[in-house]
Amino acid sequence: MDAAKKHEPFIVTVSPHITSGETTSRIMWSVSLALMPASVMGVYFFGPLSALTLLLSVVSAVFFEYIYQKLLKKTITINDGSAFLTGLLLGLNLPPTVPFYIPIVGSFVAIIITKQLFGGLGYNVFNPALIGRAFLLISFPKLMTIWKEPTSAFIQIDAKTTATPLGILKEEGLGKLIEIYGDTLNLYVQLLVGYRGGCIGETSAIAILIGAGFLLYRGYISWHIPVSFLGTAAIIAWIFGGKGALFSGDPILHLLSGGILIGAFFMATDYVTSPSVKKGQILFGIGCGFLTMLIRLKGGYPEGVMFAILIMNCFSPLIDRGFKTRVFGQVKK
Amino acid sequence: MAFATFERGIHPPDKKSLSKESPIRTATSPKRVVIPIIQHIGAPCKLSVKTGQEVKKGEVVALPEGFVSAPVHSSVSGKITAITDISLPTGRVVPAVVIQNDMKETWIDLKEDKDFLTLSPEYLKNKVKEAGIVGMGGAAFPTHVKLSPPKEKPIDVVIINGAECEPYLTADYRLMLERAMDIVNGLKILMVILGVKNGFIGIENNKPDAIQEMQKAVSGDPDIKVIPLEVKYPQGAEKMLIKACVGREVPPRALPMDVGVVVQNVGTAVAVYEAVRFGKPLIERVMTFTGEAVNNPSNLYVKIGTTISDLVSDCGGFKTQPTKLISGGPMMGFAVSNLDIPITKGTSGVVALTEQEISHINKYGPCIRCGRCIEACPMGLMPSMLSIFSEKGFFEEAKAYNLFDCFECGSCAYVCPSKRPIVQFVRLAKSQTKP
Repeated sequence: MDAAKKHEPFIVTVSPHITSGETTSRIMWSVSLALMPASVMGVYFFGPLSALTLLLSVVSAVFFEYIYQKLLKKTITINDGSAFLTGLLLGLNLPPTVPFYIPIVGSFVAIIITKQLFGGLGYNVFNPALIGRAFLLISFPKLMTIWKEPTSAFIQIDAKTTATPLGILKEEGLGKLIEIYGDTLNLYVQLLVGYRGGCIGETSAIAILIGAGFLLYRGYISWHIPVSFLGTAAIIAWIFGGKGALFSGDPILHLLSGGILIGAFFMATDYVTSPSVKKGQILFGIGCGFLTMLIRLKGGYPEGVMFAILIMNCFSPLIDRGFKTRVFGQVKK
Repeated sequence: MAFATFERGIHPPDKKSLSKESPIRTATSPKRVVIPIIQHIGAPCKLSVKTGQEVKKGEVVALPEGFVSAPVHSSVSGKITAITDISLPTGRVVPAVVIQNDMKETWIDLKEDKDFLTLSPEYLKNKVKEAGIVGMGGAAFPTHVKLSPPKEKPIDVVIINGAECEPYLTADYRLMLERAMDIVNGLKILMVILGVKNGFIGIENNKPDAIQEMQKAVSGDPDIKVIPLEVKYPQGAEKMLIKACVGREVPPRALPMDVGVVVQNVGTAVAVYEAVRFGKPLIERVMTFTGEAVNNPSNLYVKIGTTISDLVSDCGGFKTQPTKLISGGPMMGFAVSNLDIPITKGTSGVVALTEQEISHINKYGPCIRCGRCIEACPMGLMPSMLSIFSEKGFFEEAKAYNLFDCFECGSCAYVCPSKRPIVQFVRLAKSQTKP
């Protein structure tokens, strides 16, 4: 009896006394890991300069988080992986040939203004990486729309510029796009692989889907937002996407081009800025899909994913309130 | 086949293999017992003994004051050496009777009733009341009160709770294996008292042998059904169990009797049977002493008032340093700081957790709104919002998010990747605002 006494005293806390092994940092690092296929494909297609862009983006994001927390004497949380992830997402959503200061400015806006000034992780209204990118697009419209032609050869100094498939679709129509790629099937195949102009991480549909599959399998994201987002966009593209007649649009083309895949699986699913309630997530996804297609088909920009998600971010708290779960035993009025 | 269950919930590792093979063993009779005179939810008791007095086993040491209360009996024969204040696992400080055990096990006279099922409901209920029986699953609500529903709330179902959804605990499991018939008899008594035709026994499907034993025990009785339940925490919570067994939902803030149901734990059913059949007061109970830190995790038949330190020596001591000692299960039990805490009527187990098993909630992060807690909450609440509001001191806002419907099962805090002490935030908010 007395032998056991030496073990006292024991820690006293409120229940529960066990928790799952899941942690915020494991989630964040896993999402970054899921972005690796897209990163690798981006660097493969767009060359070492794009790797530098990614690196600068990540390093500056982590640095800004560190310096902000250091200066304000807050707990340093760079190990939780969220700043790394924001930097990576920002970098993947930049054109391959941007000057070195672009990712740094973007990370500053993302981390300091969008995230930290709103209260840090968990309290930001908008997706930090997307605000960073929106800021850059509006401030440096030229630099942010130079699209490098992809090459399979790793070393290529002279960057030929091209237009993104969506840009071509908007300016010159589907006919031109098919002309460039030979036939529709080849167009789809090239878009799947990622052989097209675009942001570093958005071009390879396969790479994005591999990462998304990993996240879905691990339960880090659920189907609700991506499926409702992509489904809505596909339906609208099919109905209104054609020239002239209704129901003559090409939904596959719309899903495989632009940033809609990386947006639907990696940006719109951001926990902090999307609704927490599953039913609300479906509405959120529908809104994202609708706004994306509205901008693509009727707006001034060829691509609308970024603004669509940012606009829907504002509605997340409201959606959560509207879709409050039914309390057990409560009878619906 | 899909097993009966409720919506949402969690799947913590059950850790029952530590102790499930250990048959119920009578714990060594302790040299002294420390019997708190309040072991239930409700009105306090009044001491009916004095220091220096000799008591017999089963003798009343404290009498109830008020209806929602239960008498307390001595679990040994011996001499009262002190009456002193101790703290219960809940932190509540209550007077306790310290009795030096003379090891003679001298019982008071017990009145047996062989044909107990023919007795009147009132008589049976009174026996339950006099035996000091309270809910033995952990809540410790006086059983006779549950058996006295107001006239306007007719009861038509009695459910025996054999879910034992708390990880680690195996006491109810062993009771079902070893004393199936006593449980069924206890249920029959409860059905007579309440004038009810339908009895159910809900058991989680991770205990197939217990389901089999219980099915055997009720085979001659068409009124009693054994319901295999999906393995999911908190399957044993009253509201979830009722939903799974009979499909009824207890409305917010209401009680099981509002939907015509009374739920009693497996251990309580045995206590009811023993009280009615043998006139035995509730002075001993089956509980599990387990955890990775314990040398021989066991299911023990323990005298109420035995201190945890006695159980430690009874189970071969600790093999490693236990970091936390839990009275009850790890999800809803209470952490205690020392080994002097006695086993009470509501102690379903004591779990000695090692550093590796416990959660480190001294470091928690901000809510990242991942929604895992919403997916886990069996009550359909938004624990994320409750914790955020409470953290910032917005208690009225927390109330608007159905704060008072939370029964603190801990599923939210279990799944939270930021390790937020959500239950603690909920308790804080509850204490700072009125329902």
